[in-house]
Amino acid sequence: MSFVLVQVIVGGLLLGAVYALFSSGLTLVWGMMNIVNFAHGDFVMLGMYVAYVVYTLMGGGPILGAPLATLVLATVGVVVYFALIRDIMKGPMLAQILGTFGLALLLRYSVFWWFGANFLSMPQDIVGGTYAFAGLRIEASRLLAGVVALLVTLGLHLLLTRTSLGSKMLAVAEDQTAAQLMGIRPDTMQAIAWAIAAGATGLAGALIANFFYIVPTVGETLSIVAFVTVSLGGFGSVPGALVAGLLIGVIESLSGYLIGAVYKDIVVYVLFLFFLWFRPQGLMGKM
Amino acid sequence: MRRLIWLSVVAAVAIAYPLLLSSPFQQRLGALVLLYAIAASAWNIVGGYAGQVSVGHVVFFGCGAYAAMGSYAKFGLSPLFGIPGGIVLAVGLAAIIGMPTLRLSGHYFSMATIAVAETMRLIVTNTDWLGAAVGLSGPTVPRNIFDLSFLSSLPYYYLFLVVLAVTLFITWWMTNSRMGFYLRAIKDSERAARSLGAPASRTKLYAYMLSAAFTSVAGALYAMMFGFVDPESGLGILISVKILIMAALGGAGLLFGPLVGAAILVPLEEISNSWLGGKGAGLTFVLYGAIIVLIARFQPGGLLSLFTRRRKPTADTGARHAP
Repeated sequence: MSFVLVQVIVGGLLLGAVYALFSSGLTLVWGMMNIVNFAHGDFVMLGMYVAYVVYTLMGGGPILGAPLATLVLATVGVVVYFALIRDIMKGPMLAQILGTFGLALLLRYSVFWWFGANFLSMPQDIVGGTYAFAGLRIEASRLLAGVVALLVTLGLHLLLTRTSLGSKMLAVAEDQTAAQLMGIRPDTMQAIAWAIAAGATGLAGALIANFFYIVPTVGETLSIVAFVTVSLGGFGSVPGALVAGLLIGVIESLSGYLIGAVYKDIVVYVLFLFFLWFRPQGLMGKM
Repeated sequence: MRRLIWLSVVAAVAIAYPLLLSSPFQQRLGALVLLYAIAASAWNIVGGYAGQVSVGHVVFFGCGAYAAMGSYAKFGLSPLFGIPGGIVLAVGLAAIIGMPTLRLSGHYFSMATIAVAETMRLIVTNTDWLGAAVGLSGPTVPRNIFDLSFLSSLPYYYLFLVVLAVTLFITWWMTNSRMGFYLRAIKDSERAARSLGAPASRTKLYAYMLSAAFTSVAGALYAMMFGFVDPESGLGILISVKILIMAALGGAGLLFGPLVGAAILVPLEEISNSWLGGKGAGLTFVLYGAIIVLIARFQPGGLLSLFTRRRKPTADTGARHAP
């Protein structure tokens, strides 16, 4: 295998870890409440803009921007849950789709209106330098994003499987009434799930903001990436999202390199349709 | 009887409007309302009556727009040839897209339609023969009436009115036919409908194809009125969104819902655009987003459902089950 190809694959894995991070939020909400958040990618976009604003106002780079973006988006998640999701969850499906889709438009075009349609970007040296490992050259910003995303995604998995909070959330996902009888408050657990899901998008957004173009409509593509990841990985499965995210990162990078940059999105979309048709429950999901 | 009176009033207002309010802006506004009402009514057939929330209807809109413009730009033919071509294209594509995707329930269908539409947009954006990102242009100067290219909005207005009337009539006729009953049964509970012997897959597919045909006509008329089509105006996801919001705002699954939605949102958009200029584009969609969220939260049946006495919409069981 040529060096360039290895380089492309490593780049794909690092980006894929970020995909896994924000998709694990979607998979959590989806598996727990059967709500598909059509605004999920726009949450990531908000995370990017929060990081950008934090940088321009206070400087400080990702050490300041990433935690703040996580915090801001977690708050957004809780607000959205109580103001919108809690009610539309019980409504007809048209309302569920319209609700989160409307939210996506609201967020996307509020940012568009405020910041304009121009591409923004963080300064090159905000996470400086390029590392060389055995001939591979990896930008520090991508390495940071990939490693942090991987660790946080694994942390989320541990949170869900090893802590009492995690068991409570899974109990609500399994059977709300039964959970309620055990003294668990579904409302609180679901709000926490939204905080975690949205917080993860905030962190992911702040991490990719260092090397991605920042533009209000970036969420549209990222939403589809999250849908593909969740469909591929199985609904409600964080490990599934991790494997699927890494896989999609690599597939996207490879198709970008081998076929052409403009076709890499098409490859992801076609992959998505393929999976929806043949295995809607995903690789690790259960029906 | 009361319905007939109402219908005559609406028809009379629609016919008289461009004569009473005759400034070019008002006539153009009226024509645009009707145009979007055609597209939203077409969406309503599958989104409202069958309950399959397609977010990818712009694909069929684009079929019509590109067929009408393409027949002129590539072959020098009148769009009168392009429109049937677009319908054939849209219905064929609807069959290809619909057969696998309509099996998916609820959210999954919506997501699949988004992916299809975005794929289509990206492909056309990279196809030089279809004008790539620049798009195709129509006749700059009207040659004759068969070009469907007029300087004033008045002929467009009446053309659109006729097409809208046909769309609504066929929708009405469909809802009162066996197909309409099947669709309502499927919307309430597909499982129950199937177990009672309703051919769910076939009925949904027919509704989808019928809806695609009318959407394609709307696309062709849109392209003729504006004289050009590019990937954003012919295949951009925002067109789908506008169509969907208009139907949902007025009342999805109600005959005149899309018309009411279009009559509210089109003037809102045009006026905010003309007041706010370039920056207004963003603000218009902020407004769209806010409206759609409020509708979903407080009045999921749409505005017209305030006036129609109907049983409470049942929570869709489809959402509770994976596809």
